[in-house]
Amino acid sequence: MLSYILRKLALIVPTFIGISICAFAFVRLLPGDPILAMAGEHGVTPERYEILREQFGFNVPIWQQYFNYLGQVLTGDFGTSIATKRPVLTEFLTLFPATVELSFFALVFAIVLGIPAGIFAAVKRGSWFDQITMGVALTGYSMPIFWWGLLLIIFFSNGLGWTPVSGRIALNFFFRPITGFMTIDSLLYGNWAAFVSSLRYLILPSIVLGTIPLAVIARQTRSAMLEVLGEDYVRTARAKGLSALRVVNVHALRNALIPVVTTIGLQVGLLVAGAILTETIFSWPGIGKWMIDSIFRRDYAVVQSGLLLIALIVMVVNLIVDVLYAVINPRIRVQ
Amino acid sequence: MTLMKSLLAASALIALTAGAAQAKTLVYCSEASPSHFDPGPQTGGNDFDSSSQTMYNRLVQFTPGSTAVEPALAESWDISEDGKEYTFHLRPGVKFHTQPYFTPTRDLNADDVIFSFERQYKEDNPYFAYLPNLSWDYYQGMDMPRYVTSIEKVDDRTVKFILSEPNAPMLANLAMDFASIVSKEYADQLQAAGTPELFSTQPVGTGPFQFVDYQLDSAIRYAAFPDYWGGKQPIDDLIFAITTDATVRAQRLLAGECDIMPYPAPADIATLQANENLTVIEQEGLNIGYMSYNVTEAPFDNVDVRKALSMAVDKQAIIDAVYEGQGQVAKNLIPPTMWSYDDAIPADTYDPEAAKALLEEAGVSGLTVDLWAPPVSRPYMPNGQRVAEMIQADWAAIGVTANIVTYEWTEYRERGKEPDRSGPFLIGWTGDNGDPDNFFATLFSCSAIGVSNYSSWCNDDFEAAIQSAKTVSDEAERTALYTTAQEIFKAEEPALNIAHSKVFMPMNKRVQNFVLSPLGTHSFVGVDVAE
Repeated sequence: MLSYILRKLALIVPTFIGISICAFAFVRLLPGDPILAMAGEHGVTPERYEILREQFGFNVPIWQQYFNYLGQVLTGDFGTSIATKRPVLTEFLTLFPATVELSFFALVFAIVLGIPAGIFAAVKRGSWFDQITMGVALTGYSMPIFWWGLLLIIFFSNGLGWTPVSGRIALNFFFRPITGFMTIDSLLYGNWAAFVSSLRYLILPSIVLGTIPLAVIARQTRSAMLEVLGEDYVRTARAKGLSALRVVNVHALRNALIPVVTTIGLQVGLLVAGAILTETIFSWPGIGKWMIDSIFRRDYAVVQSGLLLIALIVMVVNLIVDVLYAVINPRIRVQ
Repeated sequence: MTLMKSLLAASALIALTAGAAQAKTLVYCSEASPSHFDPGPQTGGNDFDSSSQTMYNRLVQFTPGSTAVEPALAESWDISEDGKEYTFHLRPGVKFHTQPYFTPTRDLNADDVIFSFERQYKEDNPYFAYLPNLSWDYYQGMDMPRYVTSIEKVDDRTVKFILSEPNAPMLANLAMDFASIVSKEYADQLQAAGTPELFSTQPVGTGPFQFVDYQLDSAIRYAAFPDYWGGKQPIDDLIFAITTDATVRAQRLLAGECDIMPYPAPADIATLQANENLTVIEQEGLNIGYMSYNVTEAPFDNVDVRKALSMAVDKQAIIDAVYEGQGQVAKNLIPPTMWSYDDAIPADTYDPEAAKALLEEAGVSGLTVDLWAPPVSRPYMPNGQRVAEMIQADWAAIGVTANIVTYEWTEYRERGKEPDRSGPFLIGWTGDNGDPDNFFATLFSCSAIGVSNYSSWCNDDFEAAIQSAKTVSDEAERTALYTTAQEIFKAEEPALNIAHSKVFMPMNKRVQNFVLSPLGTHSFVGVDVAE
């Protein structure tokens, strides 16, 4: 088991270097120039442009800029935002809990609805329920997030007035963050009304962000269940006279869940990608919105380090999923 | 232990807010996160709204709703005969904000004023580079280093600016956000503590509101400053709820989550106007959308060709289709709300037949040109691509083929500045300080070639007029000079002035006394909310 984990860990190093090169090159491949982006219509004189280039360290060859950057990152210095002049890592850590909180609720939404829907569709294969569920899942999978978010806002927030439009908590609640998770902090302060408010603000963004993972999980659960339901041991269980409920929940489901767990793990990367749009629509102060704003400002420092930090987290989550998978399924370890 | 402490502190804070349930709160859905709260090095309109407009003052200020300059921290000022010495007499008893992190021991004095400017150009000032990669873009951009030789303290309440040469827009420049006055005492305290960077995140000013809290990318909170020299504000709390998407901002306003918002999406304006709980105020923007000809390249070096091409453009159709009626046809570079606007200049006529004839006269036929279209929506030109397409169609009618070219926004402007750029270039400008110099000299002076003069146009008579207008301080005299400049501009047609767009500000009906500034900043001074 240990050697399995070590092997997986060793893979992270080259991946990390590869991603650092990509992140670094990616922002520089974008057309546009951070100095000119800041100057706007005012323009900037050639002399001043040179001064600023030197100040930002853009005057040395690009490979040297990369090695300077890599050197900094390896000592834990992720640079300073060009726009806000704050350390990128500080901003990341401030905003990251908001993204985690939203992703967590989105994933809960996706799992709680997705797995039962998938099981039911598999058990009642070919029924109207199956057909509708899989049709809806396909629609959900193809849903343009931005449009979907606005549609929900217009219908539920302004039409029915059930949910708030955007933000993280009602503006009359105001406390300094402890953990950065609004739901946890409000409970830590013992403010029940704030806790309820934070949950209300989570509803729409969680639905929007959870829609695609929900579709994926439902479809994956259904196909895994169908496969397992055709196995001999399920037939044996049925022949023993066990109740249908027991056959499905105990004998089939546990085996069917193995590929589903992997799928859920893989959703983490997708959640981060989805968070970029979801956070923008719902003014959710997380890392997705932060990245988008920084791309528009050509804030190289934030974009490259932000990408790197996000990639690092996705890699760690994938590693954990791999290890969990090996725990669930011993066959993986010996391969 | 630390957790316990912050818990206690926070519950005290909640109790505080709960106790002030009667407080009047105004929620403003702002359009972007502020970079930080030090107005000196900032450049974005949203930055200024959240720092200089709320928490700071200048020596002089723009009269609300106008571009006229009136006293602020300076009660009065004298300008020497030769226009090279500006002496400001400071208002007595101006208090800086008292904060948990700073308690002022003295009122505003000349040292604060001198520090506020010296940090922007004296490299040995400890605050010149107190943040990484700091640059003082507006101080540079408004050409201040060229004019300001020194700033001297006459006594505690008198400060004198010595200029290298007369510069009439100086007073308007000093009313701009970058010229906000900060506390030297606070700066010294942070410097001594070794934490000067806090100057940008824990602000202290003299303004109508004081800083309470900023939750990154989420909300900024202010409280009315009880000891404000202009009197305490009618509202108690001001909240900026950061909402970047324009459509979502409109939804929040409709749902009552905020009271007022800037920059509605053009498509949402009609819905907002139709809502019975909302008012939408509008104002002529201090801006111009125009098309620059590169006068150094053939055939645009021929004024008749420029005039013929301009004559063939149906500007009214562009206003109707692209600005959706939310703009007006421009005949001069400066908007009609600005002083020195020359209304005697005849409006451009749309006359394809005459244009055709003029082109023939100039010996140009079968002309194919590149037409540059900006890739982004700007206040002065909501859809540059569409404007280009309409001009392309207008020109096709007179036998001119236009190929529309475009690039990413910064790349676009960079290529547009090149002296050998081929083809007319669509661009625009929003005024900084309400002074005509800020349009004429910034956009069409000889020294702006390669920076923001996209026509590469350097006309001796025009240059003489706008440069002399800089050196005289009498407004009537300046108006005469700018009138001349506008006549030369019209005769030479270095660019086709297309449109001045309107600015809209939707708000809940309970918001009272909000005044829209022509300069595009948003100030909540004097604003009240009905119970």
